[in-house]
Amino acid sequence: MGKAKRIEKIKCIRCPLGCTLKIKISEDGIEIEGNRCPRGVEFAMQELKDPMRILTTSVKVVGGKLPLVSVKTSGTVPRSKIHDLMGHIKKIKIRAPIKIGDVIEKNILGLGVDLVATRDCDER
Amino acid sequence: MKVVIIGGGVIGTLIARLLSFYEADVTLIEKENDVGWGVTKANSGIVHAGYDDEPETLRAKLVVPGNEMYSQLSKDLDFPMQRVGSHVLAFSDEEVKILEELYKRGERNGVKGLKILSREEVLSMVPKVNPDVKASLYAPTAGIVVPWRVAIGASDNFVKNGGKLVLGERVVDIIASGGRVRKVVTDKNEYKADLVINAAGLFADEIAEMAGAEVMPIHPRKGEYILLDTQEYTPSVLFPTPSRGTKGTLVLPTLSENTLIGPNAVDLSPDEKNDVSTTSEGLKEIYESAKRLVPSIKLDEVLRTFAGLRPESPQRDFFIRESEGVWGFINVAAIRSPGLTAAPAIAEYVVEDIIQQRLKIHLEKKKSYVKSVKQIKKVSNMSLDEWAELVKKDEKFGNVVCMCWRITEGEIVEAIRRGARTLDSVKFRTGAMCGACQGGRCAIKIAKIISRETGIPLEEILTNSDGSNFVVGKVRI
Amino acid sequence: MLVVGAGAAGMAAAKGASEKGAHVLLVDNEEWIGGILQQCIHNGFGVHRYKKELTGPEFAAELKSEIPSDVEVKTGTFAHEIVPNEKRAILVSREGIEEVSYESLVYATGARERTFQSLMVPGTRPAGIYTAGQAQRLINIEGYLPGKRALVLGSGDVGLIMARRMYLEGMEVVGVVERLPYPGGLRRNVKQCLEDFDIPLYLSHTVIRVEGYPRLEKVIVAKVDGNFRPIPGTEREFHVDTLVVSVGLIPVKKLVADFVKVRSGVLVSSSGQTSVDSIFAAGNVTTIFDLVDYVAKEGEKAGRSAALLAKGEFRGERLPIRKGKGVKILHPEWYDPSVPLSVYLRVEKPMEKALIRVGKYEIEAEDLTPAEMVNVDVEPPCESEVSVSVTEV
Repeated sequence: MGKAKRIEKIKCIRCPLGCTLKIKISEDGIEIEGNRCPRGVEFAMQELKDPMRILTTSVKVVGGKLPLVSVKTSGTVPRSKIHDLMGHIKKIKIRAPIKIGDVIEKNILGLGVDLVATRDCDER
Repeated sequence: MKVVIIGGGVIGTLIARLLSFYEADVTLIEKENDVGWGVTKANSGIVHAGYDDEPETLRAKLVVPGNEMYSQLSKDLDFPMQRVGSHVLAFSDEEVKILEELYKRGERNGVKGLKILSREEVLSMVPKVNPDVKASLYAPTAGIVVPWRVAIGASDNFVKNGGKLVLGERVVDIIASGGRVRKVVTDKNEYKADLVINAAGLFADEIAEMAGAEVMPIHPRKGEYILLDTQEYTPSVLFPTPSRGTKGTLVLPTLSENTLIGPNAVDLSPDEKNDVSTTSEGLKEIYESAKRLVPSIKLDEVLRTFAGLRPESPQRDFFIRESEGVWGFINVAAIRSPGLTAAPAIAEYVVEDIIQQRLKIHLEKKKSYVKSVKQIKKVSNMSLDEWAELVKKDEKFGNVVCMCWRITEGEIVEAIRRGARTLDSVKFRTGAMCGACQGGRCAIKIAKIISRETGIPLEEILTNSDGSNFVVGKVRI
Repeated sequence: MLVVGAGAAGMAAAKGASEKGAHVLLVDNEEWIGGILQQCIHNGFGVHRYKKELTGPEFAAELKSEIPSDVEVKTGTFAHEIVPNEKRAILVSREGIEEVSYESLVYATGARERTFQSLMVPGTRPAGIYTAGQAQRLINIEGYLPGKRALVLGSGDVGLIMARRMYLEGMEVVGVVERLPYPGGLRRNVKQCLEDFDIPLYLSHTVIRVEGYPRLEKVIVAKVDGNFRPIPGTEREFHVDTLVVSVGLIPVKKLVADFVKVRSGVLVSSSGQTSVDSIFAAGNVTTIFDLVDYVAKEGEKAGRSAALLAKGEFRGERLPIRKGKGVKILHPEWYDPSVPLSVYLRVEKPMEKALIRVGKYEIEAEDLTPAEMVNVDVEPPCESEVSVSVTEV
């Protein structure tokens, strides 16, 4: 086994356990330790390439009992796109009623995931 | 006759109330957004017995009558007061001697019921007192009040009798000509005046200067306090034996089931009249001093800390007199401790002795006026049946907003109906946000209720003074 | 059966009790059920209970859907008084004041936030200081921003989450200050809330003074020594108009504290039973949990036990659990042999590899820190006293 060129410690955020993953990068490839499940390896590899996150925020509601409805991306999006996404989401307005799980915008910014409501919002 | 009173503290509001019984056109100007936010807001809240003040001083003359007037005043203005009594604790033979002097002084001042108690007697009355205590000077007439409730009651009474309350205007000039006052100018308006009463607390010297009247220089003396969320330490007010002209750091119960410890006494320069910040040294000092009185005091139930400023002057006595140079200008200045106690007597002194006797202005009592008001009724003080009745009449009394002290939406709406526009105004009128969570859970709800009731956008709802907006903008426009 | 508080613990209790045949009244002072979950719009909830990552409102909705329809729910209803000897409670709502009798009661009022005021930080008392939960409610429910430029005190989960939330909503977040030498919240939150957005974390630092009036203008922060005393010369100024404070949660136990045994929270056995037979408690009012999944699990258990007690099918035993070496916080207080024992603990100091002993059981664990609660489930040990300890290996 070749000499490790770089060792990086990252925290797996796939679940609240938050394993500390030790990533050893050497000429032979990438070795991952510290994970308690296979998702840890998957996470570490993705994290090295292009970190992916779920974005949660709110969307402005028109005519609703609440001023905002909370939303999330239906899957992970590249961390590098979060700013663009927020900028886009801040401009969205949606009319009540809204049901939990409703798709607010399909394939948002062409990222392959939808923006989904995470709560109900009745009409005022 | 047009009277302008400058300053809406306990002094200004009580004078305003008394004048509102007479045929006069009275305007009370307060620079803050509500009454009672200056010196009145942050002091020990004690109605002193009156043995401290050197005979011959105006303080001594007014403190005992003031104390006595509180019994009736608390009924008239519907604020809570309890004569919980006070002890001056002596820990050495020298201090016991000082107690004896205070006792004599008290007798001369007319204080009733004073007693020197033995160690055993003190311990049985205050079981947690430092067992090293040798004796105490016990004054059964000493009491506790919520000082801002005095100012709120007095101001409500004043307004009810047709008085004009002006909030949020700062006096910038006082025009005098021909040897008499003519006009009071604020940053927003002008008010014609035949009489100007200067009850501007810490700023009384600046106001007097504007009028060209006699100026008693005022410097702030800071007192820091720690408020504890427990009442286990003492049932009555505990003082150390006084020294260096201050009453020292006290331990006392409050009317909201807390314990207050403080103050220290730090003299600030005259340009620090807005400095109500606490310091780590100060907080440490008062904790150490309080432990001398009650050694078991712990700081694990701190509700909050705060500091107040007391208007001190070089002569250390109240400066209450009509101007000799500017007719119609009356200084009611340098109202240091025991100013809160003396306040009702000060008001009477100003209206009767100064205005009527010395200035020879005849005041005619109004044909009809009220001398009592009802403050907001708390559901937490009601029987369940009474509360249930109220909910039937108005469902808002069934919505508990402040969970710490069980204050309902009904009480908050009533405070707003009576003029509250800021969070602190609601707090001081209802007690909401004073509990263990300090508004963490209910401040948002209260800000929304103020906004709903008044139509003021939430972004413009203030915590207290201008610039203290509770929120600054919207998440989504 | 009466359940006071309709957050995760109370909802789960109502579910557990109803499934055991009890007639349940579930009350909450808010206008909604779900408690604080409704303002926690971030994801990370439900990994244990639902095997998926949900946001707070979604977790609440899932839990709500589990509550049988015969559970009576009253929102906007404040539990004013509990009279334990007569098993009755006084409830206040807009509809009026009513007295209800109960056979058993689950107390699930959760926690409130420790206030900045209680920390005795010197300085002015300006507007612009919020607890993290207050800021969270402002932003996520009410739709308002607390300020423009913020510092966060306390690296508990809510503090970290709020740092990210404010940042994403366009506020400038200048840092998170933590007096401990390690972060107070979950490690994943340090990563995805701070590191992702280059928000600095100042460990072993604390706020020593606030300035500005009537609005906050400046926060002075200093490094602290091992006893949390500020080190002179390490002061640093942050010009901010907002300070968000996340310095711990305190169980809201006022209503029952006069008649059930309490320490920082209401003491319960592994069945959820308090020192008073007919009163049960669950969730953050008993101890502060890291995960809502745990809260729901304990709530459901307390609901079931309370329902069985009401039917006369539950005896209730309280055998001691002893806190052994290495354990800083241990929950529950007693164990009841009739239910499986779930132990929750926080270690005294970080440990890379450790052995947790719960009575006769030994469990290996890795990577323990005081900030993260460890949950160990065991079958009821048949000993008269259970001891729980953690040793580093």
